[in-house]
Amino acid sequence: MTTSPPAVRVARLSKSYGPFDAVTDISFDIRPGETFALLGPNGAGKSSTIEILEGYRDRSEGDVTVLGEDPQHAGLDWKARIGIVLQSSGESGNATVLEQLKHFAGLYPNPRSVDEVLAAVGLEEKAKTRIHRLSGGQQRRVDVALGIIGRPELLFLDEPTTGFDPEARHQFWDLIRQLKAEGTTILLTTHNLDEAAELSDRAGIIVGGRLIDIGAIGELGGPAARTPKVRWRDASGTPQEVRTDTPARLVAELAGAAGGEPAELQVIRPSLEDIYLGLVRGHAAGSATQSRTTASSTTDSTEVLA
Amino acid sequence: MSATLTAATARPRTARHGLFRLGIARIGFEIRLYFRSTDTVFFTFLFPFIMLGIFTAAFSAQGNIGTNPDGSGGISVGAYYLPGMLAAGMLLSGLQNLAIDIAGEKGDGTLKRLGGTPLSPLSYFIGKIGQVLVTGILQAVLLLLVARFAFDIALPTEPEKWLTFAWVFLLGVITCAFLGIALSALPRSGRSASAVVIPIVLVLQFISGVYLQFNALPEWMQNVAGLFPLKWMAQGMRSVFLPDSFAAQEQNGAWELGLVAMALLIWLVVGLVGSRLTFRWIRKDA
Repeated sequence: MTTSPPAVRVARLSKSYGPFDAVTDISFDIRPGETFALLGPNGAGKSSTIEILEGYRDRSEGDVTVLGEDPQHAGLDWKARIGIVLQSSGESGNATVLEQLKHFAGLYPNPRSVDEVLAAVGLEEKAKTRIHRLSGGQQRRVDVALGIIGRPELLFLDEPTTGFDPEARHQFWDLIRQLKAEGTTILLTTHNLDEAAELSDRAGIIVGGRLIDIGAIGELGGPAARTPKVRWRDASGTPQEVRTDTPARLVAELAGAAGGEPAELQVIRPSLEDIYLGLVRGHAAGSATQSRTTASSTTDSTEVLA
Repeated sequence: MSATLTAATARPRTARHGLFRLGIARIGFEIRLYFRSTDTVFFTFLFPFIMLGIFTAAFSAQGNIGTNPDGSGGISVGAYYLPGMLAAGMLLSGLQNLAIDIAGEKGDGTLKRLGGTPLSPLSYFIGKIGQVLVTGILQAVLLLLVARFAFDIALPTEPEKWLTFAWVFLLGVITCAFLGIALSALPRSGRSASAVVIPIVLVLQFISGVYLQFNALPEWMQNVAGLFPLKWMAQGMRSVFLPDSFAAQEQNGAWELGLVAMALLIWLVVGLVGSRLTFRWIRKDA
């Protein structure tokens, strides 16, 4: 069995705007068919990275290959194979949803059916409405529709669900799962950690222009970061918290010792959001005292979680 | 968002996706959006009609222009201003329209989005130039019909006059379109586009013989106007619509159509080079 080349390969990528280093020495691969999330605080360098991969910006240093080509020099045939949902759009939108979708479908060699895409983003009833008359969330769905109309092999989603209500967000997740099932490779940035956990196979965390951790969603932060917490209130009413790999045993012991139900008992498994916040805060604290080297592989970064 | 998407079976790799066919598709799309923009329809498409109406209403009482010493002959105010309004229409439909339109598309993210699709800039340009040609021709034809039937202005009957009209119009409007694309690089944001472009267009119209009688302007102003294309478009249009006796009032006492062609060709090259050098889907690294 041969392993297919990665859909995206980023090696030692750096990007500076004048004296400001937006991205420093970032490396990661995305396998074909994989959904990869880039996470990080605002201004961390996510958008610079994604815009370099989309071909919008030139890199300062390093090597980038997207679908086998360098996006800085890739042509129209390459653009026909990618789909882009940009971070925000403020188009005046005098076209109707249907007109816009039909027009964009015409730009691609092998587009999806306009009716299917309209249905997939739940805008059938708004097909004849001009885009500027739609709500923010509905306009965002048009952005998503335009990103997938060309049947891309690789889809970039830059904060795609901003402005979605919870129901629309879940519908969007279903849509992304369908695209995944078809084999679409997806690069996602989001501030919604549930969304990242829900959709992506792996994630990288960027802070201050550096990749501080990367790995499968279930392994980010290393084992220590995922140690469950048991909380309860003891007989004297004092809150207690213990981190343990064997929470069931601890709970059983507590129950035995108390001779009944311990008060306010909770077993908490850290969510991706907890782990993410731990990593980001740990990095902020760590970078104050020492300059960290980039975690470019799936090493566990337990030391930042001290 | 629950309907299923048909999975891709085979992905046919068409070579280069017809640049020209896409360009034609863009023209239809662009024209539709042009007529949906109230600002554009009013300040670009209808503006020459409004100005022709205002000039006719304001100055008709002062009698004909270019009369004999005994007060006979001459042409009506409307007839005198018609060539200037046609030239203004070309400038507005080409330069003002595209400079504001493209600066706006740059500002609101339309260009960035298009830059991420397999649309060639060439097809995009074909769409814009086509939009200018179609709307500009429509504007000119309607202006001529209004002049003839609403203001009772006699139009020339000689075929060679209409031949002159055709080349001056096409050359002028295409030149203005490319100058508009080039000028769209100037505004720093879509919102400031009108504020940057309209003063330029307005000053040109005042010094080039659109609103003010060109032969009544001081010589230095005529010379300055001669550096810009609008003066030559207006002069070409006067040669078509004014009696030949009016040629004596031109700066050099003749219509000078050869110079009109040369000036417009030079500006066409300036517009082409400027468009090529300044057009970007996005301002990289801004």
